[in-house]
Amino acid sequence: MKLIIAIIQPHKLDSVKAALEDVGINLMTVTNVLGQGRQKGHTEIYRGAKEAGGLLNKVRLDIAVNEDFVEPAIKAITKGAHTSDVGDGKIFIVDLAECVRISSAERGSAAIG
Amino acid sequence: MNSGDTAWVLMSSALVLLMTVPGLAFFYGGLVRRKNVLSILMQCFIILCVISLQWVLFGYSLAFGPDFHGIIGDLSWAGLNGVGALPNKDYAATIPHSVFMIFQMMFAVITPALIIGAYAERVKFPAFLLFTILWATFVYDPLAHWVWGTGGWLKNLGALDFAGGIVVHVSSGISALILALLLGKRVGYNHKPIRPHNLPFTVLGGALLWFGWFGFNAGSALAADGIAANAFITTNTATAAAGLTWALIEWWHNGSPTILGTVTGAVAGLVAITPACGFVNPMNAMFMGMIVAAVCYIAVAVIKAKLGYDDSLDAFGVHGVGGTVGTIATGIFAEKAVNAAGNNGLLFGNAHQLVVQSLSLIVAITFAVVMTFIIFKIVDALVGMRVEEKNEIVGLDLTQQSEAAYTVIE
Repeated sequence: MKLIIAIIQPHKLDSVKAALEDVGINLMTVTNVLGQGRQKGHTEIYRGAKEAGGLLNKVRLDIAVNEDFVEPAIKAITKGAHTSDVGDGKIFIVDLAECVRISSAERGSAAIG
Repeated sequence: MNSGDTAWVLMSSALVLLMTVPGLAFFYGGLVRRKNVLSILMQCFIILCVISLQWVLFGYSLAFGPDFHGIIGDLSWAGLNGVGALPNKDYAATIPHSVFMIFQMMFAVITPALIIGAYAERVKFPAFLLFTILWATFVYDPLAHWVWGTGGWLKNLGALDFAGGIVVHVSSGISALILALLLGKRVGYNHKPIRPHNLPFTVLGGALLWFGWFGFNAGSALAADGIAANAFITTNTATAAAGLTWALIEWWHNGSPTILGTVTGAVAGLVAITPACGFVNPMNAMFMGMIVAAVCYIAVAVIKAKLGYDDSLDAFGVHGVGGTVGTIATGIFAEKAVNAAGNNGLLFGNAHQLVVQSLSLIVAITFAVVMTFIIFKIVDALVGMRVEEKNEIVGLDLTQQSEAAYTVIE
């Protein structure tokens, strides 16, 4: 089991979600987050005063999957989120020790899908 | 007595109330960080409560009561004694004296509220309250008497201030600068972004200010007549010109026209036309709006940054500077053809009016600077003006009001 954490551009959420559903991944947690990468945030102007270092809006997806779905998920997210510019985001993959479905108390691989 | 005049001034009083709460409250409230929004709303709201009472008890009598050597009113109208349904011929012959009193009350309320912009996000609540009461009593009331009160010495000198350019905006704006200097910068100023937390609030508040200002300016005619109509039209015209001008300057200077800039420009236009609205024609009002937007933009975006004082919400940059521009412009553009009770300005052959306007300005500025300094020192010694650094970082909503504006989780 792996936990896939993807940080993407907010305007790419719909296409990433569609691409994930195409490969059979329908379960995910989505949050609005702030962050900056190589493009170093952005500048806002208030009454002529430039406020640099503002963090950018990003969307974070948390997706728990069984091993078979890891590569398809990476491909789907990359395809959906790609614009080839800096700021497209990142995908992090970590080992997942356990998963419990609260309604049935199922555990492990059976609980993920 | 004229029922049309009475209805208009009563209605205008309600419009001016709307300028403080919710107008100014939301204009300022949106500009602060989310941890301080309730402190601003509270300060505006409690000023409405406190000054309403101060005005009934003794404020009105000090400002407009029977003259004592041109300097202050005496206390014979304290508790509104004798201020009733009969008109006071000196102030407004066609409306009840009590109607004139309630209209002026709303001016007394909004003036100290304008100063909030200077000490926002770092003032201790008890200190704010004490400062406000002392400032209203020892700065606003005397100044209102000098300029508007029967027997007031600046009024006798011939100063023109139709709706409060000197009394309201210069006095509060200059006091705001002194407070900002004495209080010091907010923690983190210049080191990290201090961004407005809710610009839609600011736009809502700014738009309500524009709306309420029709009562402030056109109501100051104290009659439903041609002068009121002229004030209404010049107010709208100057404001529109100032809002557009600020947006264009920003567009050219920074690459984007912002809504915050447009609203700020509009408020600067409202401030500048305030002393002039009943004395100038609409085309000159348009010109005044363009000038004030440019001058206030330079004050807020260039000079403030260069000098490094932290006038949190630009109370000085908009009201102090805008009020000064408007007061001087009144001495230039005023014409008797618009209002026979006024005077001609420089442009219409009367350079003396410009001298009187400038002199009144210097007097008001000096008075506001000295008195604000003294009141600050007294209040600071008694209760401490500024919150502790830890409380400033946590925010005034939690530390001064023990409440939070927004929940993160239900």
